[in-house]
Amino acid sequence: MEDTSRRTTLKALGATLGAAAFARAMAPLAAWPEDLSIDELLQRHYKELSRDDMVRVLRRLEQETLDQYGAVVTIDDVRPIPEVQFGYALNLSVCVGCRKCAEACHVENNHDRATNQSYIRVLEIKNGSVDLAMGTVDYDHAVPKKGRSYMPVQCHQCDNAPCVSVCPIEATWKEPDGIVVVDYNWCIGCRYCEAACPYHARRFNWHKPEIPAEEINPDQAYLSNRVRPQGVMEKCTFCLHRTRKGRLPACLEACPTGARVFGNMLDPNSEIRWVLENKRTFVLKEDLGTRPRFFYFFDK
Amino acid sequence: MNHARSYPAFLRDAVGVATDGGWPFYTWMTLLTALALVGVNAWAQQVVGGMGLTAMSDHVSWGLYIANFTFTVGLAAGAVMMVIPAYIYKDKAMHDVVIVGELLAVAAILMALLFVNVDLGRPDRAWHLMPGLGRFHWPVSMLTWDVVVLGGYLLINLHICGYLLYTRFLGRRPEKRWYLPFVMLSIAWAVSIHTVTAFLFSGLGGRPFWNTAILAPRFIVSAFVSGPAFIVLALQVIRRVAKVPIPDAPLHTLLGILRVTVLLNLFFVGSEVFTEFYSGGSHTASASYLFLGLHGHNALVPWIWTALAFHSVAAVILLSARAKEQLWLADIACALTFVGVWIEKGMGLIIPGFVPSTLHELVEYMPNELEWRVVVGIWAAGLIVFTLGIKIAVEIFAGRMRHQLPEVEPDEPQHAGGA
Ligand code: SF4
Ligand code: SF4
Repeated sequence: MEDTSRRTTLKALGATLGAAAFARAMAPLAAWPEDLSIDELLQRHYKELSRDDMVRVLRRLEQETLDQYGAVVTIDDVRPIPEVQFGYALNLSVCVGCRKCAEACHVENNHDRATNQSYIRVLEIKNGSVDLAMGTVDYDHAVPKKGRSYMPVQCHQCDNAPCVSVCPIEATWKEPDGIVVVDYNWCIGCRYCEAACPYHARRFNWHKPEIPAEEINPDQAYLSNRVRPQGVMEKCTFCLHRTRKGRLPACLEACPTGARVFGNMLDPNSEIRWVLENKRTFVLKEDLGTRPRFFYFFDK
Repeated sequence: MNHARSYPAFLRDAVGVATDGGWPFYTWMTLLTALALVGVNAWAQQVVGGMGLTAMSDHVSWGLYIANFTFTVGLAAGAVMMVIPAYIYKDKAMHDVVIVGELLAVAAILMALLFVNVDLGRPDRAWHLMPGLGRFHWPVSMLTWDVVVLGGYLLINLHICGYLLYTRFLGRRPEKRWYLPFVMLSIAWAVSIHTVTAFLFSGLGGRPFWNTAILAPRFIVSAFVSGPAFIVLALQVIRRVAKVPIPDAPLHTLLGILRVTVLLNLFFVGSEVFTEFYSGGSHTASASYLFLGLHGHNALVPWIWTALAFHSVAAVILLSARAKEQLWLADIACALTFVGVWIEKGMGLIIPGFVPSTLHELVEYMPNELEWRVVVGIWAAGLIVFTLGIKIAVEIFAGRMRHQLPEVEPDEPQHAGGA
């Protein structure tokens, strides 16, 4: 019997030590709740939020931006305009590869400063090919370089979007105007969509983005350029916080050569419509059946 | 029989058995617990600091975690290679030890689930994945299928193990109708878990390295390598350490299966390699990266050749006549091929899918120390579950853990079958 009680004592000691060690191991989590509220934890999917819920969420997010970044911002829930189907086209004959579009995206969309994040990557490809395998994004010389052409790539807002199909929880979907969006407060960060996208269009928030308060673009929308939380997916939204209010995407405005054409494809007088009707356009990796809304064309 | 009293007794005794043992047992469990805690700690850091603490990037957005997830799903499915001989071919010797396979299925699925969860950027939102609670994108997203089949497989195997152990504990013979239908279901289900996991990858048109119809068959075959290999090793350890008199017969059955599946696995790898390299084109880039290195990037080359070398040596050993007499040789083959599949269906499968990236950028990936700590932690947790399950099973089957009928109920009628 003495042996039994010794064993019991030992077991109790073991259990106590184990519990203490477990607490120690979990200790880093103590730093977590700082930017995690119960409201956020229980928040429902974008499409399940009533107007009132949404207003409350928007005010909370604005407050969080103020608390965490020291910036006063307005976050809107900008809805799609009926009878609008957005399309984008890019003239490869005039693009010079200056990456002004990528820079404008970086600023407009409140991207992390340290990683110089942007939704646009510009490929430099040797003339005589449009094969991506022949391209590089790491060029570092004066542009345009002789014998090279340039191909900016961003989200193609595919009509048959693999990123949308694979998401296990509908955290990403296609809006009525064709824009593929992410609910940053619903995404669990599994990165399945990033694996599924054939155009390297998705970006993950590997860390909490860092942006100085004075550099934060205060004109924000829930589904687009508000500062994203850590651990969720994001992507180009055709600047829906601008374009759904009748403005043009930031990348288009920044382009010095006028290579970019954006607009409502349903409007017969729009420039995008003219390009689609009069130019020979092509889309990337057409064979995959993704049906992009981002078109490339050449002048001649 | 009063289950309200005997089931708590079962659980209580199980906890007793699970926390009682000799010094080797305590040492082993302490070691595993320590490693598991190291993993917990690393994960906690990752949750707070962000997934950026790992070596993954927007180019290689899945890494060691998903590699291990894929492998452990295979391990769970591979356990069925004990179940089929035991129940379909009525192999008596296998039937006596089949619980080992069922417990392995439970432990491996738990590990698989842990591996997906540590890969989530927002574990606090994991409830979004719960059918009914969140928004379950079923049937379109293959990941929701995986949630269903993995969860189902876990429940089925928990039921089978729990039922068999509990009835033995009561001193009864298990009633067929309470477990046989589930066993049959588990066989079909085992195939489904690894098929669906293969579809996760092969369904992605933008990743040519995965986008191949042979992926699911390849997954299944390698599951039938890693599963039996692990079980052979486990049975050997149980024989030696727990002194359970397990005959050689089930080992020979498993080795007989391995002899075929190891070769089939090599054959599938060969078919894949041929198709990739013979036709050429930019689709070959990932395979080139994996096997030969691409433009000076060759981080995975030593891995994959190690895997192939291990597979080949294991195949030769298993085919030699000596391995049938000298089981230690077979043990070596099992260990080699287990590691071989772990590389080939882990890192060797996941990483090349991302290299080169969809825009043909060459960004490499090697797991960093934090990822290794998390992975070791989860393996330790899985081994804890497996060890405890085995220990309880051994005690029950040896009759050392048996329900003591309380003396106030002396006239409890003995059940029909009698054990
Ligand atoms: S380009 Fe990629 S992210 Fe954009 S809609 Fe298509 S698949 Fe989705
Ligand atoms: S990372 Fe987010 S958006 Fe992408 S598939 Fe996972 S949950 Fe959906």
